[in-house]
Amino acid sequence: MANTAVVHEHPHHPEPYTATGLPTLKLGFWVFLGSETLFFGSLISMYMVYKHESVVGPYSTELLDIPLTSISTFVLLMSSLAMVIALDQVQQGSRRGGAIGIAAVAVLGSLFLGFQAYEFTHFYHEGLTLQTNLFGSSFFVLTGFHGAHVSLGVIWLLVLLIQLLRGGLPPGKSLQLEIAGLYWHFVDIVWIAIFTLVYLIE
Amino acid sequence: MADTHAHDTQHHHGADAAHPPGGHATWQTYVIVGVILTVITAVEVGIFYIEAMAGVLVPILLLLSALKFFIVVFWYMHLKFDSKIYSRVFFAPLFLATLVVIGMVILFKVLPRYGVG
Repeated sequence: MANTAVVHEHPHHPEPYTATGLPTLKLGFWVFLGSETLFFGSLISMYMVYKHESVVGPYSTELLDIPLTSISTFVLLMSSLAMVIALDQVQQGSRRGGAIGIAAVAVLGSLFLGFQAYEFTHFYHEGLTLQTNLFGSSFFVLTGFHGAHVSLGVIWLLVLLIQLLRGGLPPGKSLQLEIAGLYWHFVDIVWIAIFTLVYLIE
Repeated sequence: MADTHAHDTQHHHGADAAHPPGGHATWQTYVIVGVILTVITAVEVGIFYIEAMAGVLVPILLLLSALKFFIVVFWYMHLKFDSKIYSRVFFAPLFLATLVVIGMVILFKVLPRYGVG
């Protein structure tokens, strides 16, 4: 047998499959998410080591607003719920349901970013910047990178929404939305860790 | 060449029979999971303000946070129903990342208290 190539296409899925029997895109994306855990793990480590090492204020206990962040956390959790329902709708061939779901995720994600922009602005007016102290540096880097991930996710979802509305996301191509969904849920679980380690644990 | 490749949908064979074969769970299940996540978050915030809980606050918060984390990973990210290969490529670096966080905290926060480092 001369040809032992391992890339195949499942008759009902256009995405290539390999010797693992899994779609390469999805497997590769899980590997990427694994690398992202190390990225955010490093940033969280940095924050936990530095947050009480500031020699000048303002300090974390003076600024962090738990009620406000609790609401933004709830918003992000609900966006994850909307994401799985959107994927479910697209997989069942409901373009309208999928579009509403994706739009809801994008709106909730934008709302979360609005909360973060408000928080950053408030901190800035209270005298905390990237250069003020170690708390400011580590806090803005950690939550800023998370916010950048959320922003990218919102843009990605809006692109998929346009694609869906143009009829370019049939159930057979729902893997594209599933991948975006994995990314979105990952952003959510990173925030679950940040909310506890940065905001609730003093 | 015989195609001996398992396909991604085969993982559903081991899934709960109540779950439809095309999807990972029903939307009703997702809503219940969403309610559970909301309740856990409310409990986290609630115990944060209870002074009597101060002594055990950190372990309880870490436990509840881990619970939320794994609920999202297993249900919303479908690892409960998907191939174990996905779980392995995700949890291996997650374990390493957790060790990095714990190691850094021990090195820079715990050991100096005992005059080490």
